[in-house]
Amino acid sequence: MPLATESRSHPLVALRGVGKTFANGTVALAGLDLTVREGEFLSLLGPSGCGKSTALRIIAGLTEPSAGSVDWRSSAAKEDEGLLGFVFQEPTLMPWANVFNNVLLPLKLKRAPAAAAAERVNAALERVGLQKFATAYPRELSGGMRMRVSIARALVTEPALLLMDEPFAALDEITRFKLNNDLLEVWQALRTTVVFVTHSVFESVYLSSRIVVMAARPGRVFTKLAIGAPYPRDQKFRTSADYAALTRRTSDALAQAMAAGGEP
Amino acid sequence: MTTPAAARERRDQTMRIVLPIIVFALILGAWELVVRWFNIPPYVLPAPGRIAETLVADWSLLWQSLLVTLITTFEGFLLAAIGGVGLAVVFNQVRVIEYSFYPYAVILQVTPIVAIAPLLLIYLPQQVAVLVCAWIVAFFPVLANTTLGLNSVDRNLADLFSLYGATRGQVLWNLKLPSALPYMLGGLRIAGGLSLIGAVVAEIAAGSAGAGSGLAYRIAESGYRLNIPRMFAALLLLSVAGVAIFYLLALVNHLALRRWHESALQDER
Repeated sequence: MPLATESRSHPLVALRGVGKTFANGTVALAGLDLTVREGEFLSLLGPSGCGKSTALRIIAGLTEPSAGSVDWRSSAAKEDEGLLGFVFQEPTLMPWANVFNNVLLPLKLKRAPAAAAAERVNAALERVGLQKFATAYPRELSGGMRMRVSIARALVTEPALLLMDEPFAALDEITRFKLNNDLLEVWQALRTTVVFVTHSVFESVYLSSRIVVMAARPGRVFTKLAIGAPYPRDQKFRTSADYAALTRRTSDALAQAMAAGGEP
Repeated sequence: MTTPAAARERRDQTMRIVLPIIVFALILGAWELVVRWFNIPPYVLPAPGRIAETLVADWSLLWQSLLVTLITTFEGFLLAAIGGVGLAVVFNQVRVIEYSFYPYAVILQVTPIVAIAPLLLIYLPQQVAVLVCAWIVAFFPVLANTTLGLNSVDRNLADLFSLYGATRGQVLWNLKLPSALPYMLGGLRIAGGLSLIGAVVAEIAAGSAGAGSGLAYRIAESGYRLNIPRMFAALLLLSVAGVAIFYLLALVNHLALRRWHESALQDER
């Protein structure tokens, strides 16, 4: 039972009473409590403006919370720069560098030895199926392939926690389904932890072991849903009655969250 | 391959080259005719044929002068490139220095170089003064464009660098400078033409002081001697030099950016 293993796993990072007020007075988050457990695939689901991207940036340390604390499993963990991988909404590649050098970047910044780094880059590219495109430039690739490069770059440090900020929102449905499957495969192979921000109910149910539904004004946790369906999930799961029921439940929760957040 | 669109494209390309040549030939022909028809003396307006003869006859003199001017231009350009990029990087890294000195860079730029040149010639040896003029005119576009480029970094990429704990040096070298490269090259393209102008202005200003041997000095000197054909010949060489500099820098720009930057991509539609 996946649920049983999940409850046994340790917390990796915990946000306690986290609030974020921007300089212009916008309250993005207030009193956010969120625990990310080791090995889970956690989705933050919510309407735009519910602060889910801000929460992700706070976990990454890219934004400082104005209130509350972010506690890591061990105090040393956060100092380890290989801990995190981040995938942005856009592929965010360096246009002047080819695929290999883009994926190499995190290792290069950490001054990893060249030979070992090259090996890890090739392994990461193989994992996302781009080993033949190492010398291509980002502009020569399709949107889906660019996102794969971005994912390979996030994976190359073998991070304990992979943060993804609506990575597939800009892609067409066919490409998105393909990348969803590939992401699940990578997640299971690497046994990493994923926090995935999305506004798609279908995507969150398909991918996640747990969904945190957020409400806006101010951004907060509205409810948490466990998605107990077993992995590996595939096309069969996507068309199953189980999946339909779960999406209905999640949709209802999202609708309530939106009602609670009030329409702008 | 030979779709109607492709054929039209090729015809367009040919016309782009052929039409200016036809216009050039027509103007030269008309010029030659007018000079002959009205018997205009060469010290008023030399015919194109006469200018060409002068160019050949005075070639060794003009060639020497061209070299002098080109060397000044090149040195001025090189100093402007180093100074402009260097200053932009320093400004970008140290705010205090930027706030302290940027206004003076602007003042140096907006004061007409023709007005500064005579003063420089008083205080500096002539060779140095000419070089400084070329530098003053050329360095600002490099500085301004590089500064713009260094500030035009993709914000997500900057976040990514900080996520992986990049040092300031790593951010500058791996992110800011490559992002700034297209802007920098744009500045350098402007600087190439401007350093020629700076060198010419300073030579003309120095010419009245009676020293120098650059091409612009030849123009001034020939003017005093009413050697109008030589003035035209020297002017022609200056134009050709300017065009050559422009295309050389455009080529460098293309070679540096062709793999990744929008401005250098072939249109494949």
